[in-house]
Amino acid sequence: MNAAIELKGVKKRFGNTAIIRGVDLTVPRGERHAIIGPNGAGKSTLFNLISGRYPVSGGQILLNGESIIGLKPFQINRKGLSRSFQVTNIFQRMSVFENIRCAVLWSLGYKYSFWHRLGGLKDANLRAEEVMESIGLKQRRDTSAGVLSYAEQRALEIGVTIAGGAEVILLDEPTAGMSRTETADAVELIRKVTQGKTLIMVEHDMGVVFDLADKISVLVYGEVIASDAPANIRGNQAVQEAYLGTEAAA
Amino acid sequence: MAKLNYKPINLGRWLVWGGTALLMIVLPLVFTSGFTLTLLSQIGIGVIFALSYNMLLGQGGMLSFGHAVYSGLGAYFTVHALNLITKGSIYFPVTLAPLIGGAAGMVFGVVFGYVTTKKSGTTFAMISLGIGEMVFACSLMFPDFFGGEAGVTTNRVIGKAFLGITYGPGLQVYYLIVGWALACMAAMFAWTQTPLGRMANAVRDNPERAEFVGYDTHMVRFLTLVISSFFAGIAGGLNCINYEIVSAENVGALRSAGVLLATFIGGAGFFFGPIIGSAVFFMMVTAVGAMTKAWAFYLGLLFLLMVMYAPGGFASLIAMHVPVIKARLMRRLWLPYAATAATGAVLLTGLMSLVEITYHYSLEAGTAPEMTLFGFSLNVTDWTPWAVAAGLLVGGFVMSRFAWNAVGRAWGDIVQVLQKQTT
Repeated sequence: MNAAIELKGVKKRFGNTAIIRGVDLTVPRGERHAIIGPNGAGKSTLFNLISGRYPVSGGQILLNGESIIGLKPFQINRKGLSRSFQVTNIFQRMSVFENIRCAVLWSLGYKYSFWHRLGGLKDANLRAEEVMESIGLKQRRDTSAGVLSYAEQRALEIGVTIAGGAEVILLDEPTAGMSRTETADAVELIRKVTQGKTLIMVEHDMGVVFDLADKISVLVYGEVIASDAPANIRGNQAVQEAYLGTEAAA
Repeated sequence: MAKLNYKPINLGRWLVWGGTALLMIVLPLVFTSGFTLTLLSQIGIGVIFALSYNMLLGQGGMLSFGHAVYSGLGAYFTVHALNLITKGSIYFPVTLAPLIGGAAGMVFGVVFGYVTTKKSGTTFAMISLGIGEMVFACSLMFPDFFGGEAGVTTNRVIGKAFLGITYGPGLQVYYLIVGWALACMAAMFAWTQTPLGRMANAVRDNPERAEFVGYDTHMVRFLTLVISSFFAGIAGGLNCINYEIVSAENVGALRSAGVLLATFIGGAGFFFGPIIGSAVFFMMVTAVGAMTKAWAFYLGLLFLLMVMYAPGGFASLIAMHVPVIKARLMRRLWLPYAATAATGAVLLTGLMSLVEITYHYSLEAGTAPEMTLFGFSLNVTDWTPWAVAAGLLVGGFVMSRFAWNAVGRAWGDIVQVLQKQTT
């Protein structure tokens, strides 16, 4: 079994409204996979299902061949899946360094320890410094996360997501609201920190998607209408009609 | 390869800790009255209790209305243990008896905490209130254990003196309290520097994200509460040794509310906040309480003022002056502060006079209309004391408004200077 993530007939209803209507998706290990689709297609909901934030209404989700249905977010995280959020979701009152250190503690086995002194955890501190360097926030080490600029907060969001060393990374609109140069920086950052990992991302910026993704899935009204290499998606008639078409017409 | 930069030994921190320890040791030698010793013993125990409470409120973001359950049950187990030791049924040194309280507190922390910490926020607060009421009700249902209305008494002097220590004299008990208080303070501070302590902050600030970095928020809250109830139990054990009696009020809602008040007044956002808060609280309760019947009124007023004007507590007031002192700008504040203190004293005198006269009038006007206030003899059925008090109140209020505005202007200037320095 070589798939990092496998979705089989995944469904999600809120009351009587079906948001995800039977999604099948296979993402092989090491692939960078983008999910695109118009607003309200259910992209973020899909992420929330995979990461355990919401329970599914039906279907099966496999992480490395193992079902993760019914598991809590922290259990899924411990199995090697980590996600970022569309709306920045960090520890606002903590420093950049503390944010990242919190994100590495579990993966390094410190769990609920109250017999280790944080200052003495060489591996955790070293790892936090490395992550800070790789996301370019070393200069902001002791700055409280809440006062960072928007782009910096987004970088920290990615830093917190990857710090634990998860093999499967879910990024929810990592470049939303960024300027052109910030977006270019973010793409480079994502490329660097997801090297050799499985990446699934929701993204609206087509430049980012075609630049980063090995494969693209198009989600429309809770269903995947196409899943293919970027070049083929560009030429796909159904996709153009359902999604890109609106842009082409404009 | 990233470079590590560890902080050097923090000299300021050692000075503060050493100073606190020295103060606690020296104070009863300077102020030798029995009253001071009573007050200091209360503060010492209160410090442990309030710090343990702040593990929940300040560090874990859990607003508990039933923390006295853990200290109170700790006290009950200690009192029964002491009685068993006296009978010779078990052997245990009195010096370590607070550990019995701690263990009991912890066990009940495990039992009740597992339920209460499933949810945070309002749900947690409500359940903690419910458990507090439940345990208080049990104290009347099981009189054998809780001693009914009278409570359970004991004698802390057990066996032969060891190095002259019998725990008969209050001063010996005080130093026992100081020893435990310092040990608990150090342990609870150390806890804030551990993975669990830091994740308690993380769960407080953003429980959802904590789950997505691998932490079970319920487990983090649960373990925090269990450790907190251990220290609360130690405080309860010391209370038992100090008073040699434990009654239902030890587990009651009043005790739970008191520790909330003390912690908030001191400042839940800072580790040392509850230490200050506990000192202020017991000075209000015991020292002011010895002087006037209206002590609860003043305590309530203080709490109200803190919530409105300094929600970060006394600790935040101290913390906000640290950058000003570092920038050598305190001289700009001395004059406005002195003016505020002087006019505020007039205002306070007026207010206190009115409160005291009113109390005396409503309670004893018929039998003894004369009273002494601030060294003056006056008759509360006369109109002059009322008029003078009201005059002081109004005059003090008007003047202190001017002084307060000056403080505001001085702070505005200082903030501008500080901002220029940072950019």
